[in-house]
Amino acid sequence: MSVLVNSTINGDPIQFSCEADETLMDALRDRVGLKGVKEGCGTGDCGACSIRLDGALVCSCLVLGAEAQGRTVDTVEGMSDGAKLHVLQEKFLEHAALQCGICTPGFLVAAQALLEKNPTPTEEEIRYGLAGNLCRCTGYDKIVRAVQDAAKTMNRKAKKKVSKS
Amino acid sequence: MNAETKLGKREFRSVGTRPVRPDGVDKVTGRARYGADFDMPGQLVARVLRSPHAHATIKKIDTSAAEKLPGVKAVITSKDLPDLTDGDEELGAILENCMARKKAYYDGHAVAAVAAVDAKTARAAIKLIKVDYTVHKHVTDVDRAADPKAPLVMKGCITQGIDPAPKKASNIAKQSEFGHGDVGKGFKKADHIVERNFRTEQTHQGYIEPHACVASISPDGTGEMWVCTQGHFVFRQQCAALLGLDMAKLRVTSSEIGGGFGGKTHLWLEPVAMALSRKANLPVKLVMTRDEVFRASGPTSATSIDIKIGITNDGTITAGEATLRYASGPWPGSWALLGAMTAFACYDLENVKTTGQEILVNRPKTTAYRAPSAPMAAFAVESVLDELAGKIDMDPVQLRIKNAASEGTRSSYGPVYGPIGIGPTLEAAASHPHMKAKLKKNQGRGMACGFWFNFGGQSCTNLNIDIDGSVTLTVGTIDVGGARASLSLVVAEELGIDYEQVKTIVGDTSTLGYNEMTDGSRGTFASSMSAIMSARQVIDIMRARAADMWGIPPEDVEWQDGHAHASGKSKKNLPPLSIADIASRAAKTGGPIAGHTELNADGAGVSFATHICDVEVDPETGLTRVIRYTVIQDAGKAVHPTYVEGQFQGGATQGIGWALNEEYIYGEDGRLQNPGFLDYRIPVCSDLPMIDTQILEIPNPNHPYGIRGVGETSIVPPLAAIGNAVSNAVGVRMTHIPMSPPRILDALENAEQEG
Repeated sequence: MSVLVNSTINGDPIQFSCEADETLMDALRDRVGLKGVKEGCGTGDCGACSIRLDGALVCSCLVLGAEAQGRTVDTVEGMSDGAKLHVLQEKFLEHAALQCGICTPGFLVAAQALLEKNPTPTEEEIRYGLAGNLCRCTGYDKIVRAVQDAAKTMNRKAKKKVSKS
Repeated sequence: MNAETKLGKREFRSVGTRPVRPDGVDKVTGRARYGADFDMPGQLVARVLRSPHAHATIKKIDTSAAEKLPGVKAVITSKDLPDLTDGDEELGAILENCMARKKAYYDGHAVAAVAAVDAKTARAAIKLIKVDYTVHKHVTDVDRAADPKAPLVMKGCITQGIDPAPKKASNIAKQSEFGHGDVGKGFKKADHIVERNFRTEQTHQGYIEPHACVASISPDGTGEMWVCTQGHFVFRQQCAALLGLDMAKLRVTSSEIGGGFGGKTHLWLEPVAMALSRKANLPVKLVMTRDEVFRASGPTSATSIDIKIGITNDGTITAGEATLRYASGPWPGSWALLGAMTAFACYDLENVKTTGQEILVNRPKTTAYRAPSAPMAAFAVESVLDELAGKIDMDPVQLRIKNAASEGTRSSYGPVYGPIGIGPTLEAAASHPHMKAKLKKNQGRGMACGFWFNFGGQSCTNLNIDIDGSVTLTVGTIDVGGARASLSLVVAEELGIDYEQVKTIVGDTSTLGYNEMTDGSRGTFASSMSAIMSARQVIDIMRARAADMWGIPPEDVEWQDGHAHASGKSKKNLPPLSIADIASRAAKTGGPIAGHTELNADGAGVSFATHICDVEVDPETGLTRVIRYTVIQDAGKAVHPTYVEGQFQGGATQGIGWALNEEYIYGEDGRLQNPGFLDYRIPVCSDLPMIDTQILEIPNPNHPYGIRGVGETSIVPPLAAIGNAVSNAVGVRMTHIPMSPPRILDALENAEQEG
């Protein structure tokens, strides 16, 4: 059985149809065309398909497409502000926090969620905050450093904004 | 290698810098296309039916119900992949592994496949296929399989490499021996001998991207394939042979690759997708599930290693001997051979002997995993060296320094070494602050060394000068972790231009001559050598064009800092010409400007590393945490040091997972019990500390810039380094990898009972 779903995806109103038992991951990839949502396991263990559903960090392979009805979905494709990359994206490039890059979209979405909740995380908080995302290439060292650096930069920018206003 | 590739003294301006990689923005915005991210118009979706038995004869397969299901376009069994291999053992094993023929040899072995209009229909069709099996006795354990009474995995398997050949069949498929001197005499000279058995369990490369391809085969004998692979030229060659196509008519495009570590050097599902496409006459997409990746792609060997080393009281190794049994799945590879070659490669030994035995088991077909076979052998050797150091009360680093191989040493596997880095990495370890840091209760420190050969091999490149002066380098080696950045740096260096002016791409199989895979740490080594030669050709062409533009003899044109300069008698007031100046006039000076090189990159420099590791073991639970880790490795020349560090850190982390957590667990029924990332637990971010790195640069004299491969060696020392650290923390010699909490508690309990 097919269902029609209306949701706000990366800020835009999007309508898609999917099977009632289809995961949101498959719907986003195959129906909406957002291939930045990656499948590493399909069982919620690797975090490569991480997205935000109404702001909450979820594995989209563990959510049904139909559950996105009337809700907001944010993926890696919506992270940059037009041509301007998000600070996390910039820092991942600068620190070489990716090798093969398959886990990167999930890490970026998870790191963004983490920094919104906790703008000044310790190294340990970053490590536990990102423990739901698997990376097999980097040993996580450069990912943690990129997130630390992004947090610093974002806080500096936020302070500047405050002092200007 | 010819003289011009010999290393000269040079100052680098691009090589050694750390720019952002050219494929970076696509990878942080979700735009990069991996194996499963590509679709062809009208494509079908395929699924594979797999054996639930570890060892069974396939009596009958009834596909009629599946074929009748609306939406199903093709169902195939081994009959649709006739054997065209003409007795080629390697190809024959690939074919039989891709689709079981008379027998299924492991849990997960493919027996049939379906292509349908969508995944749901394909899944439903798979359930309608009926297979009649006769189940046989199986064996999954390496030592049990080596027992003469074990069930035979392959009927009539006579051990190769023994003269005279044994008369009785066994699961020992191959035997190989290496060494020199007389170990018997050596052991007589020893003051101390340690002899032990070490075991390591089977692990998977654990790349996050499952295998995926889209294949399209037309009735006219032409075909296309999009695939995540470490070697699209090799995939083309093997697929063409298995399907009976002309190689030139099959075009293979490599996707971005989501990790490989050796696991994507081998065909698993591609011939199946091609056979389905041929039968349906439509493109077919086939993507493995994670469960299938674990059950039916190629993990590394489980091993059992008997080892004996003798030393004198002053710390000189008098003899080393090892018998190494490597499980290879149902078909033999060269895994034990590699273990036997690498085991003692770090040391200068008078007497050494290693025997490798390739053991057949009812598990998936073993394939390469980063420095394949070396980590397990190093675990055995480096553990015993630590134990011997303890016996003579010598610092373990000093014991290794005393016995380290150096330039001129005849290696344990035969060749004589050129300039090598084992000594320098050990000296760097001895003086590293990590060595002096204080340890607390329940903590232990360990160190270990590792070796990998590094490969060279066939590589082609094209270098095109575009009319605006920008430069395209086309390579045929897959970029698994930043190689396009490194190769752009090398071209920028050779041409004397900015990194941003160069764009490196990976061409498909129709754009270049044959390239070997990105394996053996060869990608940057071999393709950079080829790229440098192409750049030198282009410089010669541009010098000639500039001479033509100026009307002076070509020998009066010098190439410097990305410009042609008039020199000698012609040096009047001619302003230098940039690449753009020359390229913009190319149409009038002889046509497009391009260089291309096809070479066999000889002289890959061998690679050595020393790792230091601190752990803390909870004596109540047996849980081990790595609290500090340092990698010291020789890179020859680090082209992009950040990505070199990344290779060091990534390899060390895979080794940490192998040492402490990861293992294939088989039940008595011969079925894999943990085919998922929940139960096969690779290290997560919160398991680890930062991984410190120190890059040494001992130039490889056979590469124009001194480059050595850097990708693999970093996974060799961790098993032993962590084994030594845990042993030092708990006071019991650990001999079984992974050192999971139950295994550590068992070791402690056994020691208490014995003590």
